[in-house]
Amino acid sequence: MSLPTQAGVKAEVSFTINGETKKVLAHPMARLLDVLRNELQLTGTKEGCGEGECGSCSVLLDGLLVNSCLIPVGQMQSANIVTIEGISKRDLGRSIQQAFLECGGAQCGICTPGMILAAVHLLGKKTAPTLEEIREGLAGNLCRCTGYTQIFAAVATAARRTVSR
Amino acid sequence: MFLRVENLQAKLQGGSCVRDKMNANNMEDTHIVGSSVPRKEGWDKIIGAARYVDDVVLPGMLYGATVRSSIPRGKIKNVLFGPGIAWDEFAIVSAKDIPGKNCISLILDDQPCLAAEHVNHQEEPVLLLAHADPHKLRRAVNAISIECEALPSVHTIEESERQSHIIWGTDNIFKTYLVEKGEVDSVWADAAFIVEGEYLTGAQEQLYIENNGVIASFEPEHGITVWGSLQCPYYVHKALMALCNLPEDKVRVVQMETGGAFGGKEEYPSMIAAHAALLSIKSGHAVKIIYDRAEDMVATTKRHPSRTRHRTAVDKDGKILGGEIDFTIDGGAYATLSSVVLSRGTIHGGGPYYWPSVRIRAKAVATNTPPHGAFRGFGAPQSLFALERHMDRIARVVGISPVEVRRRNFLKPGQSTTTQQVIREQIDLNHLLDRALKLSDYTAKKACFVKQNEMGKRKKGIGIATFLHGAGFTGSGERYLNSLVGLEASADGKVKILVSSAEFGQGTNTVLCQIAAEAMRVPYESVAIARPDTGIVPNSGPTVASRTAMIVGKLVQSAGQEIVKTLAKSVSLPAEYTPEDFSAACQKHIAVHGELKSFARYLAPSDVFWDDEKYRGEAYAAFAWAVYVAEITVDLTTYAVTVDDFVALQEIGKVIHPLLAEGQITGGVAQAIGFALYEKVVWQNGRMINNQMTNYIMPTSVDLPPIRVFFEELGNVHGAHGAKGIGELPMDGPAPAVLSAVEDAIGIPFHFIPLLPEDLFEGVRSASVQHDGSAATRGAP
Amino acid sequence: MRADPADYRYFSPGNLGEALSLLVKDPEQWLPIAGGTDVMVLYSAGKLSHRNLMDIWNIPELRNIEVSSEKLRIGAACTYTELRKHEVVSREFKLLSSAAAWTGGIANQNRGTLGGNIANASPGADSLPALLVYDAELILISVRGERRVPYADFHHGYKKTALAADELIREIILPRRFSGYFVHARKVGARNAQAISKVCLAALGQLQDGKVHDVRIALGSIAPVPLRLYKTESAVCGRKMDGSLIEMARSVVAKEIQPIDDIRSTARYRAEVAGNLVEEFLEKLMAAESSA
Repeated sequence: MSLPTQAGVKAEVSFTINGETKKVLAHPMARLLDVLRNELQLTGTKEGCGEGECGSCSVLLDGLLVNSCLIPVGQMQSANIVTIEGISKRDLGRSIQQAFLECGGAQCGICTPGMILAAVHLLGKKTAPTLEEIREGLAGNLCRCTGYTQIFAAVATAARRTVSR
Repeated sequence: MFLRVENLQAKLQGGSCVRDKMNANNMEDTHIVGSSVPRKEGWDKIIGAARYVDDVVLPGMLYGATVRSSIPRGKIKNVLFGPGIAWDEFAIVSAKDIPGKNCISLILDDQPCLAAEHVNHQEEPVLLLAHADPHKLRRAVNAISIECEALPSVHTIEESERQSHIIWGTDNIFKTYLVEKGEVDSVWADAAFIVEGEYLTGAQEQLYIENNGVIASFEPEHGITVWGSLQCPYYVHKALMALCNLPEDKVRVVQMETGGAFGGKEEYPSMIAAHAALLSIKSGHAVKIIYDRAEDMVATTKRHPSRTRHRTAVDKDGKILGGEIDFTIDGGAYATLSSVVLSRGTIHGGGPYYWPSVRIRAKAVATNTPPHGAFRGFGAPQSLFALERHMDRIARVVGISPVEVRRRNFLKPGQSTTTQQVIREQIDLNHLLDRALKLSDYTAKKACFVKQNEMGKRKKGIGIATFLHGAGFTGSGERYLNSLVGLEASADGKVKILVSSAEFGQGTNTVLCQIAAEAMRVPYESVAIARPDTGIVPNSGPTVASRTAMIVGKLVQSAGQEIVKTLAKSVSLPAEYTPEDFSAACQKHIAVHGELKSFARYLAPSDVFWDDEKYRGEAYAAFAWAVYVAEITVDLTTYAVTVDDFVALQEIGKVIHPLLAEGQITGGVAQAIGFALYEKVVWQNGRMINNQMTNYIMPTSVDLPPIRVFFEELGNVHGAHGAKGIGELPMDGPAPAVLSAVEDAIGIPFHFIPLLPEDLFEGVRSASVQHDGSAATRGAP
Repeated sequence: MRADPADYRYFSPGNLGEALSLLVKDPEQWLPIAGGTDVMVLYSAGKLSHRNLMDIWNIPELRNIEVSSEKLRIGAACTYTELRKHEVVSREFKLLSSAAAWTGGIANQNRGTLGGNIANASPGADSLPALLVYDAELILISVRGERRVPYADFHHGYKKTALAADELIREIILPRRFSGYFVHARKVGARNAQAISKVCLAALGQLQDGKVHDVRIALGSIAPVPLRLYKTESAVCGRKMDGSLIEMARSVVAKEIQPIDDIRSTARYRAEVAGNLVEEFLEKLMAAESSA
């Protein structure tokens, strides 16, 4: 995609999403969040603020946690993206999800996909995080329902189970 | 009868999320109720499969948007449609297009759906547009200008009271209440101390992470169907009937998975649903309206700002002889729910204390602001904040501790509240206080902090709040709601609950299924709950006022017991039966009768008496009681207050689901800490200017302490399994507890919230310029 | 989402040469976008005046961090996460790595870049005071070649910088001579994470025989630009470090800064807290060096 596009002309962007290669035709400045939800019908990723504050739109991009509301799809050529739908297929993802269910980590559920992505990202880097590290790892994901307490418990429970395996 | 839910510490040390239960003699033995079963809709939420409004796209659907006023008050002169837009591509709706009454029907019906000739607040809806392309829609909204002749506007309680400009009714007053008990005018003469104070609370944004949204579809044969993020499907149903001039069976409201509400989706959804409905009628297509964060924050309801003035006669020991309380809330531009918020705030104004005499004068006034509305607590956090700060002030004046002043004034069983409701249950507030002090290590810490604070810039403090919260609708409200609940069994023995009670994270689905399963002695897994759809479910009342587990739950229990009775009669289901027996019985019954349904209707207790004129009597079927303790640090380098530890102890009748109950408390405490220290709505000319998550500050995961939750259970005759409502209770205590702790830490009492570092700094600054050695006693700045 | 993606032109050159050519071909037309954590917020709010965006996220020349014996060279498109992870940055340039840890949350640190932070020139940006006290030097590049600008000379006024219309920031160079210094950084925001700063401080210092040998203090959010407190520094330099010096330093700080009232905070609060932060730094410097 090296030539400047005309305004109004879509470009073909090819990336891996949840393990599958997909090609989308989109305006380069379309937000990754909107492409995921509207073009690919992956509605698990949510919009809470549109300003990169709440983390509800979190996805993994080349293994890194990012806010998809702040990413132009034009930059996603050859990217490797994982959303909540893909997380559900992974062992660590499933383990975290199970812990969320057992520990009350989800109440209204709207922040939950982003929160789980953040937890996967954290536990992918730190297998036995302290409470402080859990707090820090989730600091970019706002939850209005839980006061975070049961979310911390869920992440800690998942961490313990992953280590003991 | 003590139930302790394991706290976070224990969980991290290796306990999983299981709680400890000790069965007391007179509590029923339950298997499903009282245990932490999996959240009914939890798995879908966790895997991202739950469907919220914005996840749904209907064929041929258009997007809708709202054109809003940009002045706080004025006469609409002209609506200009700018150039460069193909206006004939748009469905355009104005007040003229409203088939029925141009109002959002609620209580007084004074709020227009669309402003016709006048606007009374910034962001008031004037025009609606719909188009298939959301980008073209946005450009069109930007191309419309509404020309107004500005009128003088009113922005504060004081301005409204002055009545230099009448902006509503004849006197800017939506509602007043007068509560009188005893002989207030004669208490002053014998008072050892007369203590006065003024206390202020600011607006607060509910900040559900899912913005308001709705999809509406009108078809001439079926009428209007609306799918929305909402708490009260039947409120929306009622509003749409009046607006669209449609009969009951031609309006259908369906609740989608709702991403947080907290009261912010109690009455507001009627407005957004009305808009989408009108656009659908006009365009002949389904229409989706989703607010973005900026619009949601600037245009929708917030917690009512309040001003409370206390004047209290106290004896030499700090016992209240009587007092006058003046409680005023800012309702915004239209009445909406202000009379009810006022009511709850008024009734809670005396707190968990004994007032031999009291006069409470309460009023809700109009300002040119987007109408304020329901937010968890609904008036009680405001009046209880004032009361608790005032109790600390009384303690200071009398020369006793904040703990002691409360002990000396606690209500005892047999005594009556400010509305003369006799406390019949055996609540022992002294015991509750003792336990909370122990759990928080209050006494030792308080002493230790005195020493610690001698040096350094970080000052520690610990403070308490003691309070109550009445669950269910006030007085005869539940009778008026006349809730109806249904259960339907199918031939395979599965049962479906039919209620209009909405799940929005607080656990409605789970708790009601537990209660139903327990009542019918079937597995939790075999009970489901229908999506609240007014086409299918009866009206079990709105999902508000902490009433669902308690009141609706009790009806679900009755309906469940009725199913069992029916089966016993019709197919001889034996007294002791297995789930298989139950299934077989359902199959047999349905083979003969075609269906198996039971309904339970609310029956008002015969001994509950409430006088709506004198505002006297049994205000609530049940009160939950609580003592909260906040431990904080004031950093005098940055003037920031951090909450380091929090103990939340409450008596709630019966814990139906320990994990969910704990989650309600931790979430409510977090929101209330936000109310106290972080969440400030910055107003400019009647408009919220910090309407972004960057500038409206709610706590993150690194801002909150461990919130340690403990329960006690006294039971409650009016609630399912003895449960009392708990959803709103946790909103009442944290703010005054935190400010009490700040006072403990730095010796300066603050009497307004939010208390931002900038405010604390100004307080410290003023205190230091006072030349006497004692701490200044400051009221409002 | 208040912008229509169809209204925008987008160019992803993939290499520095083509990027610079475009900047000179259509001057002032192309807004570079790296991680997008600033640009995309404005864009989504419908407030981005530029209609042409040039992607510089994937330009390899801008992503390196090079260590030599004397210098650390940071590519302008290095992310905060990359800075936090880099051994030399976290060991020798703690003021920068702490600032990186305070910028937004992890998701924003994975995308936000140091060059973006500098070019955006917000007076409240967390990493800028650190660059001031570390004597950072910028390499600006265009088709005309490279030029070096001391970072101290980069900001001319509120959101006005030395960056010419056809230039990109290529590198940030930090001299490796601060290992022996005492460092102190602190950010004051509305909450502990994801907060725009109300005041932030980056400072380093060295005492010799109880006297101030070298001290460097910079503050953010108290002026239209990130500010190095030269007057305060020279007022204390060479003097005996004690309580009365610290008190005197406070009074110089008060005269040197120009905080304002805005949606987030007040001028009075900022002034007071700025003084407190400088005082805290000097007290810690005194304590650290005396126990050394």
